Amino acid sequence: MKHQFAMRVGPVGYRIGSAWRAPVEQLAALYAGYPGADVPDFTVRLGPPSPWRRWLRPAVALAGDFTLPDTAPLPLAHALLAAEMGMNLQVALGHRRHLLLHAAAVERGGRAIVMTGESGAGKSTLATLLGARGWRFMGDEFVLLDPATGMIHAFPRLVSLKNRAIAAVAAALPDARFGPLLTGTPKGDIRHLVPDARAVAAMDDPAMPALLLFPRFGEAAAVRAVAAGEAFVRLTQASTNYVALGERGFDTLTRFARDVPKVAVDYPDGEAAIAQVEALWAAL
Amino acid sequence: MGGAVTLAALLAVPAEAGALSPGDWAGVIAAARAEQLLGALACRLSGIAVPERAGAILHDARDMAAESRRAALWQAEMARRVLAPLGVPVVLLKGTAFVAGGLAAGQGRMIGDLDLLVPRAALADVERALLAAGWEWAKPDAYDDVYYRRWMHELPPLLHRDRDRLIDVHHTILPPTARITPDAEALLEGARPLGNGLSIPAPEDMVVHAAIHLLADGDLAGGLRNLWDIDRLLFEFGEEDGAFWSRLRARGALHQAGGVVARAVRLSHALFATAVPDDWRGGRASDAWFRRRLLARDEWGRETRAATRAAFYVRSHWMRMPPPLLARHLAIKAWKRVVPARS
Repeated sequence: MKHQFAMRVGPVGYRIGSAWRAPVEQLAALYAGYPGADVPDFTVRLGPPSPWRRWLRPAVALAGDFTLPDTAPLPLAHALLAAEMGMNLQVALGHRRHLLLHAAAVERGGRAIVMTGESGAGKSTLATLLGARGWRFMGDEFVLLDPATGMIHAFPRLVSLKNRAIAAVAAALPDARFGPLLTGTPKGDIRHLVPDARAVAAMDDPAMPALLLFPRFGEAAAVRAVAAGEAFVRLTQASTNYVALGERGFDTLTRFARDVPKVAVDYPDGEAAIAQVEALWAAL
Repeated sequence: MGGAVTLAALLAVPAEAGALSPGDWAGVIAAARAEQLLGALACRLSGIAVPERAGAILHDARDMAAESRRAALWQAEMARRVLAPLGVPVVLLKGTAFVAGGLAAGQGRMIGDLDLLVPRAALADVERALLAAGWEWAKPDAYDDVYYRRWMHELPPLLHRDRDRLIDVHHTILPPTARITPDAEALLEGARPLGNGLSIPAPEDMVVHAAIHLLADGDLAGGLRNLWDIDRLLFEFGEEDGAFWSRLRARGALHQAGGVVARAVRLSHALFATAVPDDWRGGRASDAWFRRRLLARDEWGRETRAATRAAFYVRSHWMRMPPPLLARHLAIKAWKRVVPARS
């Protein structure tokens, strides 16, 4: 394709081709601190859904090695979101080296907290806030669980902040680098945050999971232990490749759900959540 | 040079891998994924030195194919358990037959649907048994349903409600409206039992079916994968039995597919350097169009040569049904798009 950019996020190398210059320039600026990818694992294509839409009301159709049927094109102004969705989709449908969990993770002293939950549970915000308090940010979208070692690998792509979280994180991290504000996307307002230099520099260092949290935003502060069976079932829902990995996926997930302490955390706001998490960590 | 061209060259001569740059690898991998050939390529390149990152991708592709094989054999077993009490012959077709038979064509192959061939007289019993065991109609549309039953060589696709996998039950291997009429009874009679109640077609019939599937039953989209099936079948059967080629000639004629089989053999020889006897070689000028269509994929995994693809799309409908039926079918399809189904 006319314009292209390659980079590696954790163990995953990407090649992004684009019919326009602007999306590649935006990506190159935001991913400037990341290593390149000589033989990329996945290809993402940002092109017009039909030839004239390259010029006329330009729009980006999501394409690549793996695609979903019936994904609506996005306006060119939201190309960064399209690239991010494309990159996530490749990993979700194509990555097989690890069991994927739709989760965020932070690390301290070689041990990690994995936070999983549905969109809106506050995974991204919580991981980002912890990243500002001495924890190493490992990722806010996918946690990669290694079937051989049981360790988790980082996937610190750009953090996709949505709606209210944009201002909250900007206040907490005044020196952080952000992408352009994308307004009126299908997911509301979106702004990408560049993970700090430490998160990128250490992204090849795995960590042993020590705590699995099921956070829930907007509730009165509460903490509840979660049994292995419930955690297992919830994690099968949170994994995009559990079925594709077959027996290896089952073995990896049962070991994780059995061995790691599991806690459901309801929290009213970010500060309260951080205090709850630190207290749980200290009690381990 | 482009994605599919390099991909075909690499499948033909794996040692060429040493000459690829990292950029070439990216292009080959994208084209191979798009053509559903990455697993086959990975198996073909086993034991050949490749760059580390490419090696990891190929390792994953072999792993994925192994899982695909396991799932396909399990679907076949599930169907076998349901159909065994009926006492009718059940022949596995395409990918599932390749892996069940332990054939080279099954190595690294991605397998989606389970394709079965049963006698036409047993179709109603088979359908009833599958519906009772958890399979459901994947296309609950009255026109599609009637169309399949009236004009197609298979039941409307059935989806298993727990396992989410499709099963296609065939009574022959081409629509009855197509220009050529394969001998479905001969396919059933010649099938080789696997010892568990299922069987797979005779070697020659597998090649004939693959050739028909590639050249007489579609627009050649994804055709490179089907041609690679043919290369692997010819490679394996041609090597182990000197009489194979003459039986293939006779079997092609029996199924009214002599020309189709001959062209498939020529294309396989041209694109994958398949070893074929002298009297199967010699090109036709029209083969160039098929090669052009089969290689219409660039190094970003995109389809190219839109006009060639459109021409083959028109050809596919032309071959499958007589013009009046085609006109009626397309008119109804178009009408249903304009006027959505009223509930």
